[in-house]
Amino acid sequence: MNERFIYLIEKYFDGELTSEEKSEFDSLLLDENLKNEFEEQKRVKEVLNKMKLKNPSAEIWDRYWLGVYNKVERGLAWIAISIGVLILIVYGSIGAVESFLADTQTPGIVKLGISALVIGGLILLFSVIREKLFIGTRDKYKEVQR
Amino acid sequence: MIKKIINPKLSRSEKMAFERYVKANMKRAYYSAFGIIGSHDAAMELSQAAFIKAYRNFKSFDNTKNFFTWYYTILRNLCLNFIRDSKSKRTVTFDEQIEWKEDTNPADDIEKEELKKKLWESISQLEFEDREIITLKEFEGLSYKEISEVLDIPIGTVMSRLYYARKKLAKKLEVFK
Repeated sequence: MNERFIYLIEKYFDGELTSEEKSEFDSLLLDENLKNEFEEQKRVKEVLNKMKLKNPSAEIWDRYWLGVYNKVERGLAWIAISIGVLILIVYGSIGAVESFLADTQTPGIVKLGISALVIGGLILLFSVIREKLFIGTRDKYKEVQR
Repeated sequence: MIKKIINPKLSRSEKMAFERYVKANMKRAYYSAFGIIGSHDAAMELSQAAFIKAYRNFKSFDNTKNFFTWYYTILRNLCLNFIRDSKSKRTVTFDEQIEWKEDTNPADDIEKEELKKKLWESISQLEFEDREIITLKEFEGLSYKEISEVLDIPIGTVMSRLYYARKKLAKKLEVFK
């Protein structure tokens, strides 16, 4: 479609046509195809003008800011909880490994295997956390899915 | 990370300014999200999530610029992700959330009620970009210049996108054939 015609239609809908543009627009509308295009646009525009999106209740707006504020605050709470859980897991794992190694009944090979398992698990946990906290925050396109 | 969440670098006056921005823009934010994704709950959730992200990055906001323009970029990305996620889970649903304006309420007119349904159905079937531009212009009443700033495209492109979006809408609305 002619870009100039689109420009004039949009200005017409906004009531912003100058007198010169109005004459130009009227002369373009002498063309049957352009006239049909205009009529179609006008009908859609008219229906859209009569509609509005439903308005949620007043209480929803009253609670809106509080909702944002609470979520910001809860973000901090989740971080604190995660750190707490992490410290307890690491502390518990070290304690368990120490007492396990001190046990004289368990064969050395089993001790080695379980120790490697626990150390591997902790390294994996540390790696995932580091990725989430540091690498993720530096990726400026992280909001956009690929 | 923790610093980013609570954003302690924000002064008291900045936090108060942010609160004012939220209160001044929350309706527009909600309606913009709603027009794009068509679900009340999701629009409420995403518009608030976008404000939270805006809060965490509030230091990077240039307060000589329009807050909504800056905020809308964040909101748009969240909506796009939501749509992609929903599509992959095949759960895109559009609540019928339009109504006739008070002065044109045709409560007893079945034909017009049908038209309303058909219109919303057709809007729901449009591509994201078409639905977005129709929402911004026709429901949110943004000017061409504002839309151009919000979407970061030239005014001419705004006009042409609107034109073609309306044309697609007309095709979907059988009543106009």
